[in-house]
Amino acid sequence: MIVRIMGEGQLEVDDSRMRELNSLDDALGGAMESGDDERFRRALMALLDAVRARGTPLADDVLVDSDLVLPYAEAHIDEVREMLSDEGLIPG
Amino acid sequence: MGILQRMSMIFRAKADRALDRAEDPRETLDYSYKKQLELLQKVRRGVADVATSRKRIEVQISQLSGQGTKLQDQAQRALSLGREDLAREALTRRSGLETQIIDLQTQHSALQGEEEKLTLAAQRLQAKVEAFRTRKETIKASYTAAEAQTRIGEAFTGISEEMSDVGMAVQRAEDKTAAMQARAGAIDELLASGALEDPTGIAKDDITAELDRLASTSDVELELSRMKQELTAGPAEPPRQIEGQAQPTGDPLATPQSQPQQDEGRP
Repeated sequence: MIVRIMGEGQLEVDDSRMRELNSLDDALGGAMESGDDERFRRALMALLDAVRARGTPLADDVLVDSDLVLPYAEAHIDEVREMLSDEGLIPG
Repeated sequence: MGILQRMSMIFRAKADRALDRAEDPRETLDYSYKKQLELLQKVRRGVADVATSRKRIEVQISQLSGQGTKLQDQAQRALSLGREDLAREALTRRSGLETQIIDLQTQHSALQGEEEKLTLAAQRLQAKVEAFRTRKETIKASYTAAEAQTRIGEAFTGISEEMSDVGMAVQRAEDKTAAMQARAGAIDELLASGALEDPTGIAKDDITAELDRLASTSDVELELSRMKQELTAGPAEPPRQIEGQAQPTGDPLATPQSQPQQDEGRP
């Protein structure tokens, strides 16, 4: 499973870790719905820590798209909402 | 569906749309490569911009620290002249500077972090662009247009996600730098106008002016009492003796040992 942390690059995370990542992802989704940035921040940090701890960074010259993408660490809840709703935010 | 998967799909949708727009997939390769090189230039410029801002803040921190030292000296000088009110004013201003310095130090470390992130992003992007170029040449040389299409798609989506991510990272860095430059500009203006030393903006460094005035007043008083002594004791007497005789008059400004102290602190 390839995971990108925006602004930091891609990591490979073993599929056996998916259950853990999924539950952290659910918590992030719940935090997004609640609209509470504090709670969102905690959930995002937990996800980032898990991916950084369990993942192995991909070599720089590998060209592959990611299965999962994590927002950058300083992302505000509204920015992530905008990324998910307004596709114009992501260039390309 | 989880947030992370939705995020990845948005990135992929971008790549797919760009790919769909192209009429000849092979042309897409060259066009994308050109875009990659442009982005690489942009990221490098971004790194340079952030570094410039960081250095500017370093200069400001050292200028403000210099002001702080000067105010500390003024406080000492004022205290030695018995002006506690002036000393307090100088120390109050110094503590205002300290707050500004701490704020600048926070900005400095934020910029440093941004610079490191962008430097790494530039390295990653460069390695990926190089890999893309190699793959592009292979695809163009060894496959027919139809066969090339899938391989182009693979190469393209891989680099496209990276480009979107790096493009956004550069944008964020630029936004941060622009915000900090506006604040840095305000501090530069303050430093240039001397208003940091004088919150009222009326006079330049009023504490120094007051200290200088105090020192010159006591110079005048000293000179006057010296002249008075000359008149009473007669002009033939050497000045050393006259100064010795001045002490019993009880005028504190006429005491010779206060003179060198006042001169020491003068800039």
